Amino acid sequence: MKFTKITAAALAATLAMPAMAQDTKVIGVSIPAATHGWAGGMNFHAQQAVDRLEEVYPQLDFVLATASDPAKQVNDIEDMLATRNISALVVLPFESEPLTSPVKAVADSGAWVTVVDRGLAQPGIEDLYVAGDNPGFGKVSGEYMVSAMPDGGDIVVFRGIPTTIDNERVEGFQEAIEGSGINVLAMEHGNWNRDDSFTVMQDFLSKYDQIDAVWASDDDMAIGVLAAIEQSGRDDIQFVLGGAGMKEMVAKVRDGDPMIPADVTYPPSMIATAIEMTAVGLTSTAPVSGTFTIGSVLITPENAADFYYEDSPF
Amino acid sequence: MTATETQPQRSGQGMNLKVLGPILALVVLVIVGAALNGNFLSAANITNVLSRSAFIGIIAVGMTFVITGGGLDLSVGSMAAFIAGLMILVMNAMLPMMGPGWPLVFVGMLTAMVAGTLAGFVNGFLITTMRIEAFIVTLGTMGIYRSLVTWLADGGTLSLDFGMRSVIRPIYFDGILGISWPIIVFALVAITGELVMRRAAFGRHAAAVGSNDQVARYSSVNVNRVRMLTYVFLGILVGVATIMYVPRLGSASPSTGVLWELEAIAAVIIGGTMLKGGFGRVWGTVIGVLILSLIDNILNLTDGVSPYLNGAIQGVIIILAVILQRDKKAES
Repeated sequence: MKFTKITAAALAATLAMPAMAQDTKVIGVSIPAATHGWAGGMNFHAQQAVDRLEEVYPQLDFVLATASDPAKQVNDIEDMLATRNISALVVLPFESEPLTSPVKAVADSGAWVTVVDRGLAQPGIEDLYVAGDNPGFGKVSGEYMVSAMPDGGDIVVFRGIPTTIDNERVEGFQEAIEGSGINVLAMEHGNWNRDDSFTVMQDFLSKYDQIDAVWASDDDMAIGVLAAIEQSGRDDIQFVLGGAGMKEMVAKVRDGDPMIPADVTYPPSMIATAIEMTAVGLTSTAPVSGTFTIGSVLITPENAADFYYEDSPF
Repeated sequence: MTATETQPQRSGQGMNLKVLGPILALVVLVIVGAALNGNFLSAANITNVLSRSAFIGIIAVGMTFVITGGGLDLSVGSMAAFIAGLMILVMNAMLPMMGPGWPLVFVGMLTAMVAGTLAGFVNGFLITTMRIEAFIVTLGTMGIYRSLVTWLADGGTLSLDFGMRSVIRPIYFDGILGISWPIIVFALVAITGELVMRRAAFGRHAAAVGSNDQVARYSSVNVNRVRMLTYVFLGILVGVATIMYVPRLGSASPSTGVLWELEAIAAVIIGGTMLKGGFGRVWGTVIGVLILSLIDNILNLTDGVSPYLNGAIQGVIIILAVILQRDKKAES
């Protein structure tokens, strides 16, 4: 809890010496709590970025708040605006709709707003938008499937929790495999969850006698799928393609596991990118407003080492 | 006093529908499943469905006693996740000393049982001795265990050491005579539960406490002790379920066991146990669990229903099963 101490000390200093307060700018960071793997990774990278930037920029202070639901996140942001006088807000909205007006209030107060990953319901509020490329994630996955199965084949597809993110990915995937001879036998929601995907894959294996490959579309789901395949003892499934870049899966790609020949990134470290760019925007004359899309990259055995973060929980 | 005279007759008539309701629903589901897909009745599919029912099933047997005793436990899903995380941490920590093998598996099992007993004791203590509403206590512990497992896992996933995973795997995947261990354990727990509910003093006491705790107290039933024991037994069974769960994927994460408490409660109610307490039926709970997992299985085996609607179909069947078994005269 070194961070809390730093902010507490900074707060004390601000109260004691009002003259100095003008030189210090506060950046508020509001993100969802670490309740699943990807969010855990994001929390890790957010903390790393804050720790690093506090050293690099002595004139910047950071407030980091994690929320377990949208209502708590709204409270966090209101507190930051009311009590910490933030100059900038980096926010990964829990849900677009409920967060739109609180974030707009921050923007109206004159502070800089950086929105990460999930957009707000109303355009034009944020100064900077940093996001992963969901249609691109599906496209890269689909293109890999096509290249790995040049003669086509039968696949099953696992979808995430029903959201627009999931829809964009699946649409991108379907466009990429169109006309390739790859036939989607079935799609089902594994909800980005290992247990759900395990049971769905068991049922798929009962339902179909021949499955050539699986697009699990997420690494947690891929783990459940792999366990179900192993239990069934079937050898018709050639490979499983996950996604997001979980370190255990990146390690499998790196070590040449035949069932996991590749992975597609959707990096939780994008929060670090957003925080860094916001810090640059506040401290320099370099323009950083606009939209920054982080492309989804195909991880193969050749480049896997670049995507393996030893200390990250994800 | 004509009302009191007709009372026994009324409940006697109602019992038939009450007993048949869940069984009918299960039979209909099996027929529908078999008609929709040829593999539905295959040994592999039946084994899969029964094994995966075992977690909720074992917990739901314990939940039957808690609800019969007039209580409720919302914490079991989070508790299972926390115990799974603890079990993995302890086994990983002891691995360098003990090496991968069955002694270490027993240490893991012991961890789960002790943690389950303690967790059940904490719920029971707060509810009986501290006199706090069961709903509030277990809502609180639900949040506590969920946070603890998130914290233990650092927001990510706790994974069992790879060498250890192959040792512990058979607990979920192997069995005797082709019947996997989770099914065997689930059956044993259910049979024991049914016997305790029907034949043992404890089952009758739990029903008495749930029906009217004042009367039970005057009948020299130790109300607090009975209530406390229902929570401790449920905790122990959550530990047992976790022992079955960990070998499956060798991991625990903050998303482990989400909504298990509601599935267990739904299974208990579908099975004919009264949510307000006073009457419990363990075999009904087993049927309730099977109904819930068969719906999932059938929806996965068939096309034509949008997966977005799975929850709606489950909801309709839960409500239908309860309507089928309702004592019609109870309305008037």
